[in-house]
Amino acid sequence: MSKSPSTFTRFVEVGRVVLLKSGPCEGKVAVIVEIIDHRRAVIDGPTTGVPRQSFPYRHLTLTPFSVKTLPRGSRTGIVRKYVEKEGVIEKWNKSAWAQKLETTHRRRNINDFGRFSVQLMKKNRRDRVRRALAKQAKA
Amino acid sequence: MARSKQLVPHIGRLSRSKVNARRGLHKGLKKSDAPAKSEPQAYKEVQVGGEKNSQTRLVPTQKAATFYPAEDIRQPKKSRKTPQPTRLRGSITPGTVLILLAGRFRGKRVVFLKQLASGLLLVTGPYAINGVPLRRVNQAYVIATSTKVDLGDFKLDEKVNDSYFAKPTVPRSRDAESEFFAEGKPKVKESYPEAKSSEQKVVDKVVIESVRRTENLGKYLKASWGLSKGQHPHQLVF
Repeated sequence: MSKSPSTFTRFVEVGRVVLLKSGPCEGKVAVIVEIIDHRRAVIDGPTTGVPRQSFPYRHLTLTPFSVKTLPRGSRTGIVRKYVEKEGVIEKWNKSAWAQKLETTHRRRNINDFGRFSVQLMKKNRRDRVRRALAKQAKA
Repeated sequence: MARSKQLVPHIGRLSRSKVNARRGLHKGLKKSDAPAKSEPQAYKEVQVGGEKNSQTRLVPTQKAATFYPAEDIRQPKKSRKTPQPTRLRGSITPGTVLILLAGRFRGKRVVFLKQLASGLLLVTGPYAINGVPLRRVNQAYVIATSTKVDLGDFKLDEKVNDSYFAKPTVPRSRDAESEFFAEGKPKVKESYPEAKSSEQKVVDKVVIESVRRTENLGKYLKASWGLSKGQHPHQLVF
């Protein structure tokens, strides 16, 4: 019996980079180190500030990145070594997904002066666009 | 001093002998070398006028009460709390930009200078930027933003304090008639005192110099703050 190509590409496996959806480390990224059962896994993010802990899948999102050679059940020091060697976190930070999260975060947490400056810049841009358009319409 | 913690009314944690041991009564009570306090005399002699009254009379030093309440009700304890100076929020430091939420200048962004002895905050527009003069403002009606204007070592003149803002006492005319005739006529407007406007300029000079160093900060202070649709104060970061 031939195996049909799986429609799934991201698997819960040792080394999978996951995004945390809730809890104190919400929005941070970690690596699956061990699978506990059908509900939980041990995750660890030594370079991203996520303490080693058991975490339920429902509060995790799988990313397309994984540390391919990570041994199962590695301790934090080993996880750090493999993560740094493969540079997965850098790859994640460069991804469009991570950048979108970053801009949303920055927009939500902008301070009052920042909000005012953005308003000025938008006004400026709007004005220049309108002027150029008016010039074009005249010509 | 609670020598024995109360477990239940009338039952302490320590027994009588344990309490005595803790008090160190086996060492004897302390004797002080101070002279015994002289008790004030119960009666004092008072001179009484009038020929037929005896010249002196014995009057008690402490008069008996002329009024006793009808029932012995429990009196509430007197509070030992004293009013403390208003605590300044940690987010408010000299140079912080504040948003005024109430009063004549509501919506204006102003610069905080210092907290006065009364607890009110001293702020300035600066006047040349948004028309807010040196003014006192209540901390409760203010949003502190995280934007700070660097005032450096600037120290405000000591004379700018709560009494600086006291309303000048107007001499009231005793004549009811002239007051009656004066009603309805426009009041004579006094020009702003020269001393206050010069003090304003001195303070604003320093603030405006610092404001000019940051891009758009002057425009920011000139503009008013307001909430627009979808903005909720508890979700905004200031």
